[in-house]
Amino acid sequence: MIKLNLKKDSLRKVNELLQNLDQKSNDRSFKIINPDGNHAICAGLKDEMDVTIEGHVGYYCAGMNMKADVTVNGNVGTGVAENMMSGSVHVKGNASQSAGATAHGGTLIVDGDTSSRCGISMKGIDIIVKGSVGHMSAFMAQSGNLVICGDAGDALGDSIYEAKIFIKGEPKSLGADCEKKNMNKKDQDLLKSLLKKASIDENQLTHFKMYGSARKLYNFNIDNVSEY
Amino acid sequence: MCGIVGLYLKNKKYNKDLGKFLTGMMNNMSTRGPDSAGFAIYSTERKKKYKYSICYNKNNIKEIKKNLSKEIKDAKIKIISDHFVLETSLKPVKVISIIKSYNNLNLVGYGSSIEIFKQVGNPRDVVNNFSLKNFSGTHAIGHTRMATESAITTDGSHPYSTGEDECLVHNGSLSNHNNLRRTLKKKGIEIKSQNDTEVAAGYISNGLSNKKSLKETLIDGLKDLDGFYTFISGTKNGLAIVRDEIACKPAVVAETKDYVAIASEFQAMAHLPNVNKAKIFEPEPGLVYSWGK
Repeated sequence: MIKLNLKKDSLRKVNELLQNLDQKSNDRSFKIINPDGNHAICAGLKDEMDVTIEGHVGYYCAGMNMKADVTVNGNVGTGVAENMMSGSVHVKGNASQSAGATAHGGTLIVDGDTSSRCGISMKGIDIIVKGSVGHMSAFMAQSGNLVICGDAGDALGDSIYEAKIFIKGEPKSLGADCEKKNMNKKDQDLLKSLLKKASIDENQLTHFKMYGSARKLYNFNIDNVSEY
Repeated sequence: MCGIVGLYLKNKKYNKDLGKFLTGMMNNMSTRGPDSAGFAIYSTERKKKYKYSICYNKNNIKEIKKNLSKEIKDAKIKIISDHFVLETSLKPVKVISIIKSYNNLNLVGYGSSIEIFKQVGNPRDVVNNFSLKNFSGTHAIGHTRMATESAITTDGSHPYSTGEDECLVHNGSLSNHNNLRRTLKKKGIEIKSQNDTEVAAGYISNGLSNKKSLKETLIDGLKDLDGFYTFISGTKNGLAIVRDEIACKPAVVAETKDYVAIASEFQAMAHLPNVNKAKIFEPEPGLVYSWGK
């Protein structure tokens, strides 16, 4: 375990170290202390490694992440794991707006709540929120899964494409073209695997409802279904 | 962009540190607003005494002081950078008309508790110029400005005060301020600049003068003020924060048993005592939160 202290080392130095890891190195476990709300901590990581951040973090934490596993023992600001490609980000506290925005892959787990626009324009990421999400979540979500164990704010899934939303609580209101769907066996298995990822009791499964696109707003063509 | 901060102390033992804490908060928000900065400090009110925060720019302060002392017999004048605070027991109507008779003075704000200072320049320099770290008090509000819709001048800087012991800072922009300015002027509210935030401050003054509470006024504002905003508003009794329903403009609150800190970003409050043990949350869109007596 290599300890990095943001009170001593500059943010740029710490990020550069993590972004340019020696490919032959076996030291792939890092702990960052004193994040003090700094922005863009662990942005642009592209190798397999474990990073734990002890404290609250600012904007765009672990943005564009590839392969790395980042854990935050605190809250995160706007745009955590935005545009993530693969790997995982686990926030033990709450997340601010636009968590997991535009992300193509990987897993984002938030133990607390997220504020508005969680999973906006998501393109393949799995987001699991153990608390509630704010308004306009999964706005224009194209692909991937958003699991919400609490409630959702206004206009959930507005203008949604082919992403799936699983929610245990209630959405305050649904956005345009978002509707409740029946869950088949395949959906249940998918949800089960997502709950497992976040160590949530899979007996909870039956309490969830599924939402998705009514496909009335965008030009959906069944012949292209395999593209989603 | 702009950065806004507020600090309400629940525990008196920190009163002497108010300026020091706010200095750190403003410095950490200088990246969000490098053009100008300002702050309002509330301290325990002194009965029958009023304080007038006045900007004298680069004029001859010795002469101004001499002349003012002739007109206001019990005037106590404290000079800080390009501002001075005039303390007197004379009635506000009278004092304001005297200040207005000097065309080289700008009244920034007045009241029995509030003192306001604002200046063009990087917030780090501004807080130094005013020696913010030496101020004590019960609560405070600060602003770091990235100018968008009106000029980079002291007049265009926050906080805005349009009534006794009131002030407002704003991150965002209002779209219906011209219309509202006309309506409020007809109601007798004085608005000096072309700035949108001053109109919102006038809106609050109008509400408070109609015997509404700060909270009630801000709730009404959700209907009447169109645009993007996170507002922090102060009175001598406390602070309130509200975000518009879309909530694009950020805000985070940290509450401990000793204080409530509000800021655009968490990094503004990372230096406050025990902040890592605080209850930290983002104000919900369209909800008014207030703290105070």
